[in-house]
Amino acid sequence: MVSEKEIWKFLEEVFDPEVPVLTIVDLGVVRDVKISDEKVFVTITPTYSGCPAMKRIEDDIVEVLSEKGIKSIEVDLVLSPAWTTDWMTENGRQKLLEYGIAPPQDDIDKSTLFAKPIIVPCPQCKSKNTRLISQFGSTACKAHYQCNDCLEPYDYFKCLR
Amino acid sequence: MKPLLEYTLRLGDDSLILGHRLSEWCGHGPILEEDIALTNIALDFVGQATNFLDYAAVLEGQNRTADDFAFLRFDKDYKNLLLVEQPNGDFGVTIVRQFLFDAYRKLLFEKLVNSKDDTIAGIAEKSLKETKYHLRHSSEWVIRLGDGTEESNRRVQDALNDLWRYTDELFYSDEVDAELTIQGIIPDLTSLKEDWLKIVDEVLTLAKIEKPSNNWKFQGGRIGKHSEHLGFILTELQFMQRAYPNMQW
Repeated sequence: MVSEKEIWKFLEEVFDPEVPVLTIVDLGVVRDVKISDEKVFVTITPTYSGCPAMKRIEDDIVEVLSEKGIKSIEVDLVLSPAWTTDWMTENGRQKLLEYGIAPPQDDIDKSTLFAKPIIVPCPQCKSKNTRLISQFGSTACKAHYQCNDCLEPYDYFKCLR
Repeated sequence: MKPLLEYTLRLGDDSLILGHRLSEWCGHGPILEEDIALTNIALDFVGQATNFLDYAAVLEGQNRTADDFAFLRFDKDYKNLLLVEQPNGDFGVTIVRQFLFDAYRKLLFEKLVNSKDDTIAGIAEKSLKETKYHLRHSSEWVIRLGDGTEESNRRVQDALNDLWRYTDELFYSDEVDAELTIQGIIPDLTSLKEDWLKIVDEVLTLAKIEKPSNNWKFQGGRIGKHSEHLGFILTELQFMQRAYPNMQW
């Protein structure tokens, strides 16, 4: 029988369907792995309430683990503690940047109304002279920015805390 | 019906109906970015609705699912607020409706995070984070339109004058709410109004919009007495399951 550590390793072969450069481990979506009586339990949490990728992620986990010869698998969904971008690994942030998506910025202003705009450097030319186009981008977890210097439009993986 | 089940349906129905309203903007947004923003927010609401209605199904214990609640209940069994079923109107109406609701939802979820019911607290914790983004979006647009051109100011003012009558219902506490407040599951809803008015006043001042002085107070959504609009929403929302029962894709 495999160990929990090996299961974590296997889960690094499951990619986020919407940001395929990230694994679900990079993203912090996998919360727990347990083995009990030869059965593997994987606990995952959604990034946003309406994230349409959860079912797909669940299916992909079962598929990847089945390919590794694991017969009995249960994937559970939990909402609490709620997912935060703080759980994204450093490796994940680096991969996002290389992929052309600006990773979450840590120093966000948490006040809801009239928060100071944050600086999101351009993933292409690294300029800090950029602007927010829309709080809501190509998926619920991203905002839409544009670089004022190289003019590249890009996604920003918004900070969620 | 048990109070907790009843209130869980209220939360779920608010999310589902407003999510459906916002989804009606898909392909019709005034600009591409807003088309995407409104439908992104719709997705969050439908996700919240799924979480609440899943829990309602557990509480009921009658082998119904969240989908059964969404697709197979009639208007009289829906418990959403009148505000969320009001038509989209122009972009200004949609934004004002959203702002009034987002401000309330943020305050409500901030309290529900401490609910003595773990599932409600968990859904609230999850939803609060995205609700903050929603409120920022809607309040910024109220300001931008209100303090924009003469025409955009007039439209936002008209929208507020029209929707104001539905806002008192957000803070009514009936016997269901009162029972759950005693149990420590939900806050006293009437106590949210003061903070809500603070947010509303702050934004309206910046937006150069006047708060309506009328005191018309409509209610009924919580007991299934809806405006005529809900029936039309359900006709579209439920069409496939009504026409082809149990169909899946």
